[in-house]
Amino acid sequence: MTTAPLDKSSPLKRPLSDRAGLSHTAVFWFAFCLVMAALIAAPLVLSEFWRRLLTEILIWGLLAMSSDLLIGYTGMVSFGHSAFFGLGMYGAAGALLVVNPPNLWLAILAGLAGAAGAALFVAYFSTRLRDIYFAITTLIFSQIFYVIIFTWTSVTGGENGLIFTRPHLAIPFLYNARFTSTTMHWFVLAIVAGSYLVLRRVTQSPFGMVLQSIRENEPRTRAIGYRVERFKMVAVMLSGLFAGLAGALYAIQNEFAAPDFVYFLTSGETVIYNVMGGVGTLVGPIVGAGFFHLMREFLSRLFGDQFPYLIPLGIIFIAMIIFLPQGIMGFARRWLNE
Amino acid sequence: MGAIGQILHAIPVDLLIIQTVNGIVAGMILALVASGLTLIFGIMDVVNFAHGELFMLGAYLGFVVFVATGSFWLALIGSSLIVAILGAAMQIVALRPLIGRDPLNTILATFGISLVLQNYALWQFGPVVRKIPEPISSQFTLFYLQYPWYRILVAVLSAAIIGAFWLFLKYGKFGIWIRATAQDRTMAQAMGIPVPLVYTGVFAIGAAMAAASGVLFAPMVGVSHTMGLDWVLKAFIVVVVGGMGNFVGSIVAAIFISLVESYAAIWLDPSQAVIVSFVILIMTLLFRPTGLFVTPR
Repeated sequence: MTTAPLDKSSPLKRPLSDRAGLSHTAVFWFAFCLVMAALIAAPLVLSEFWRRLLTEILIWGLLAMSSDLLIGYTGMVSFGHSAFFGLGMYGAAGALLVVNPPNLWLAILAGLAGAAGAALFVAYFSTRLRDIYFAITTLIFSQIFYVIIFTWTSVTGGENGLIFTRPHLAIPFLYNARFTSTTMHWFVLAIVAGSYLVLRRVTQSPFGMVLQSIRENEPRTRAIGYRVERFKMVAVMLSGLFAGLAGALYAIQNEFAAPDFVYFLTSGETVIYNVMGGVGTLVGPIVGAGFFHLMREFLSRLFGDQFPYLIPLGIIFIAMIIFLPQGIMGFARRWLNE
Repeated sequence: MGAIGQILHAIPVDLLIIQTVNGIVAGMILALVASGLTLIFGIMDVVNFAHGELFMLGAYLGFVVFVATGSFWLALIGSSLIVAILGAAMQIVALRPLIGRDPLNTILATFGISLVLQNYALWQFGPVVRKIPEPISSQFTLFYLQYPWYRILVAVLSAAIIGAFWLFLKYGKFGIWIRATAQDRTMAQAMGIPVPLVYTGVFAIGAAMAAASGVLFAPMVGVSHTMGLDWVLKAFIVVVVGGMGNFVGSIVAAIFISLVESYAAIWLDPSQAVIVSFVILIMTLLFRPTGLFVTPR
């Protein structure tokens, strides 16, 4: 069964570096440092608008990366990541509104806690199901959270959402200052890069290998003696935690939490980032998020704000599923290897 | 005796009866939507995420044809035909290349289609709710309500379309081809049935049924570009609860789900009543994943 984009050949092989006579790790760290250096320098060069856009792309990239752990590595397409993202958002918002003075780290912790709660709930029920059933159940769960948040006006602010002020960037005993858009960018970059390294480590660990084995052949993995359901549950929870982290960051950057982000469209866009960038690569989803948002910006500059950018992007998305199931990263890798 | 009497007295009989009628009317429309979805799934293993968008587009096209001709019945037929052609085009362009790949790819592709259609509707018609006037405006008295006859007519029409389709499946030549393909694709092909044509035809029929239900529904609440997701979710629930690919099961499930939602709406906000059907779906998936109305093998 060749079923790309949902299962791909092992993401661990990198023939390019072998040919160059370098070890994988050396090439990887060199590329990583290069990209990091560019991203650290970027806010110093870019104007305010592009700086904010880049920061947002990183946050969407983190959300997409978290969902790649499920789509690309475990073979489960989640259509419900907006629930984790949204709960992270509302968790952070709640902590910032309740605790005085607002504390950055407490907000992030509360966001993580909110997302973990949602993830536990979703993981418990949905991991018993496979394929489309999993996709539909995650979608339904995210709609349940959406309806609750939308109608529970006294706590969540309903349709208007919650508005709060951004906390200070405070590192105990060392640093305490207001966020500027540049320090915000560096802060987000640090968290996204850290999450990337953690997720990369996870996917290369024995645990990650079991996930990939579930993707390749679930009955066989079960026959070997792994408790597939437990691994799936942990995968969903881990994925939900990182999605919640992205939600908390987004809330802090934009100083609001709104029910729109819990709506299905966020989940759908997460899946689009993954497919466009290339599933099972972790970097791919970030590239996909960047491509999506730059295209969106480009289209709205070309045709005006009212232009329905999702029409051309949707067509590109369908074309990519048919003709380029490995996504941009998969394509780039194949092209580099040739 | 006093306590039981109080409980019996607290049950709002009039509300229950009104909601039963509402539930059956909504259930028949939902059955029409869901039978197209279950047909497409049963025959092609395609979960058509864009089904709700076909419903929405059908309603909009019905509005356009109605404005142009002034006839509701022309709108119903015209919109169904246009959407059928659109459905066939969708299947040929986006789904045919995916045959043989993981079914999840088709859910992604149809999701892409739904995005495109939804944003096209928003772009073309704007965020204003459009409404087609009811073709018959007479009403009858149901307790304290003036209940429109049109709703009853909708339920009857939906049942008639489903019944006609069932007869077509049973006795029509193309219907027999469809059933043969659903049973055994390879064998059907070996017998000389043009399977790709059957696929496209099934998709067109499913799309037309979604469009017809969209036009029938349009006079009741109105047409907006966001209604697609609600309906596709409801139809998914129906299809899963009724047993994937099970035609009769999905009709029973549609009425069941709509009745439960109607009753829940007596005590809950209508937007929260949706959660009840979500819960039914989750319970079904956990305890009877083959569907409530099928005996598990």
